[in-house]
Amino acid sequence: METLLQKWERLQDTPLNLKSRILTFIAALSVVLTFLFPLWRMQFFATFYPDGLKLYIYSYKLEGGKTAGRDDLREINTLNHYIGMKPLSQSDFPEFTYLPFVFGALGLLTLRAVVLGKISTVVDLIVMYAYVGLFSILDFYNKLYTYGHNLAPDAPIKVQPFTPPVFGKKLIAQFTVYSYPYIGSLGLLLAIVFLVLALIFSAKEVKSES
Amino acid sequence: MKKQIQLVALASIAFLALALLFMGCPKKEAVKSEIAEAALATYVPPGDLDEFYLFYSGGHSGNIFVAGIPSMRHIATIPVFTPYPSTGYGFDKETKEMLGGYTWGDAHHPALSETNGDYDGRWLFINDNANNRIARIDLKDFKVKQILGPIPNLSGNHGSTFVTENTEYVTIATRFSVPIPKGTYVPVEEYAKKYHGIVALVEVDPKTGEMRMDEKHGFQILMPPFNFDLGDAGKGPSHGWVFWTCYNSERATGILEITASQNDRDYIAAVNWKKAEEYLKAGKYKIISGVRVIDPKEAPGVVYLLPCAKSPHGVDVSPDGKWIVGSGKLQSITTVYNFDKMLKAIENKDFVGEEDGIPVLRYESVREAEVQVGLGPLHTQFDDKGYAYTSLFVESAIAKWKLGTWEVVDKIPIAYNIGHLCVPEGDTKHPAGKYVIALNKLSHGRHLSVGPSQPEASQLIDITGEKMKLLYDAFTEPEPHYAQAIRADKLKDKVIEVYQKGIDNKNPNAIWDEKDAKIVRKGNTVEVWMIAVRSRFQPWKIEVNQGDKVIIHLTNIEQTTDELHGLAICEYNINIVVDPGETKTIEFVANKPGVFPFYCTNFCSALHQEMQGYLLVKPKGGATAMK
Repeated sequence: METLLQKWERLQDTPLNLKSRILTFIAALSVVLTFLFPLWRMQFFATFYPDGLKLYIYSYKLEGGKTAGRDDLREINTLNHYIGMKPLSQSDFPEFTYLPFVFGALGLLTLRAVVLGKISTVVDLIVMYAYVGLFSILDFYNKLYTYGHNLAPDAPIKVQPFTPPVFGKKLIAQFTVYSYPYIGSLGLLLAIVFLVLALIFSAKEVKSES
Repeated sequence: MKKQIQLVALASIAFLALALLFMGCPKKEAVKSEIAEAALATYVPPGDLDEFYLFYSGGHSGNIFVAGIPSMRHIATIPVFTPYPSTGYGFDKETKEMLGGYTWGDAHHPALSETNGDYDGRWLFINDNANNRIARIDLKDFKVKQILGPIPNLSGNHGSTFVTENTEYVTIATRFSVPIPKGTYVPVEEYAKKYHGIVALVEVDPKTGEMRMDEKHGFQILMPPFNFDLGDAGKGPSHGWVFWTCYNSERATGILEITASQNDRDYIAAVNWKKAEEYLKAGKYKIISGVRVIDPKEAPGVVYLLPCAKSPHGVDVSPDGKWIVGSGKLQSITTVYNFDKMLKAIENKDFVGEEDGIPVLRYESVREAEVQVGLGPLHTQFDDKGYAYTSLFVESAIAKWKLGTWEVVDKIPIAYNIGHLCVPEGDTKHPAGKYVIALNKLSHGRHLSVGPSQPEASQLIDITGEKMKLLYDAFTEPEPHYAQAIRADKLKDKVIEVYQKGIDNKNPNAIWDEKDAKIVRKGNTVEVWMIAVRSRFQPWKIEVNQGDKVIIHLTNIEQTTDELHGLAICEYNINIVVDPGETKTIEFVANKPGVFPFYCTNFCSALHQEMQGYLLVKPKGGATAMK
């Protein structure tokens, strides 16, 4: 009788079946979304911005919404200077240089798994995706915290240091701020979901065989 | 006896109650409901938008007023011929040069640009009756982009700016006659023979809208010394023609109200501009003061005269282009001419005389109908259902009549003394109908008293039903003459509210970052590249020497709507306003020594008051000279 350990070793070395390879391929495709769409969207509503100022965070850039010639990023920075917040600028985010590499590498590793994948590779991938996702969110929180807590001491309007919301709704001065993941992040989430499915389909087959 | 009295009393009370019920109350109710209906028809709830833009000419204010229909609310003033500190117009280099030193104009007849006989929402033209100019407003940003003139040879550009069907031309006709070229001296006793009126067409560039009248573009026609009044361009079948009324076919001078009112008929001049273009191609014109002038004597077929009832004022072409409606202001009829009959009469040489070589057509051969509209008919507009609306100045009313049957079907009194009138898109091939706006000359007693100087009145009238219904009284500054209205939808996607960096603002002196702000001295000239943004100027300090020429290029680097900034320099008589993303340049000589604060005039933000700086002018001979 096989020990549990032996069973587990056999399971992790089992190559992926066709169904799982297709699912893994779909997971790799989902990663493409992170390049095409913003990861996160923040919206700032106030009486005189009924349509909301919009801030889009991509893996590689920061972009303001653009309505009727208005550049929301510029607008947010203009407003933030009153409370002494540093202007949001591309150069302050080293993330924009390495995040696309990280997502690219994840995508490539996922493609590799389509061809050479075993169950253990899929487990590795899931862990990596979850780690990158969590790290990005924490990093994002840290960034928002830093922006909200390093206010210039000579700012014309003094406010209590604050952290803009990472997830959900928050009232900041005259603004109601909404912050939620956007289509890019959905790509990452989908990748994880498809990888988990791939894992289940192959693992089930091993179980039924034994 | 008591019982009888009681009975009589009861009967009387019952009768009174009944009478009240049947006469008093319903009438009151009816009035109330009419008012309620009118209120509902004109009420545009907060946040909602009007259906039409109304562009009023501002007369001798030199401006254009923009209102919404049906609310009749004044929304904006577009300064055209007059400096206007509210928007800083006429203070910066560009607009100052455009105004050419004139501080006023007499804005009479706005004309929206047309494509295929319908408003296209691109430009708005407006004439200056006093200084013989025409301005073009771009409806992208509601600002004047060009002022052409004073145009050579013209005196009193009144019969303007009615555009042709595809805005090929903007039209001109002179109210006054003078010896030509301008600057020539001829005693006024020789008026009838040696003075001349002019009708003219200014060429419009189909892409840029630029108006041109020079040795290669546009042309003028030398006319007898009649006083040309108003005009309209043909459309559809009559495209290629322009019609202008004139009074004083007597060629009189002196007290014109008597001397120019002797003939029972004056004229409508019909000008075939396509024919005129042939003469231009063949080189049959003279250059006078740098523009091409055609003499009708040497260019047969270009101008004809249609006799029109005594001292006509307005002439208007029907939407289908078949009927030309002329109103003799000193008679009680409006005359409808048949364009086809006119062509036939020309072909048959059915003339009854000539004026300086211009054939006069036989009235009976060209007239289709005389409509008995009422006293003092001036102008006619058309709706979408085949009706015409003629304003009656003397009678103070509008007459509604039917094209084809020529019957007056309704009349509405106007408060008071209506001049022009306007049906939305009423000058096009497809009038929108719905309303007619009466532009009235007198308003007395219809508004809170504001002393002897009175505003002008305009009235909104519903024309959707059989009977015209008065909806609303509105008041404006003096003095709208004509107005045109365009569907708001047509401008919705065209109007910008921010000059986008690099797209709408390509000014080489624009800077977009505080870091690029700088002051450069070259000899006695100090040039400043300055930015304005909530809530600061950069640089905030400009140091110059007395007598230096100062040039400031100010860019408002905001990219959001309604975030305007002003720049006023105390006691230097300077105030400009820069819209979001706009760059303006001011130039002045710093001739007053001392320290002069400058500040933002257009309220911008919570720290607007703090938006200020200093112009420091060092006195000649050093700082101590002040002591």
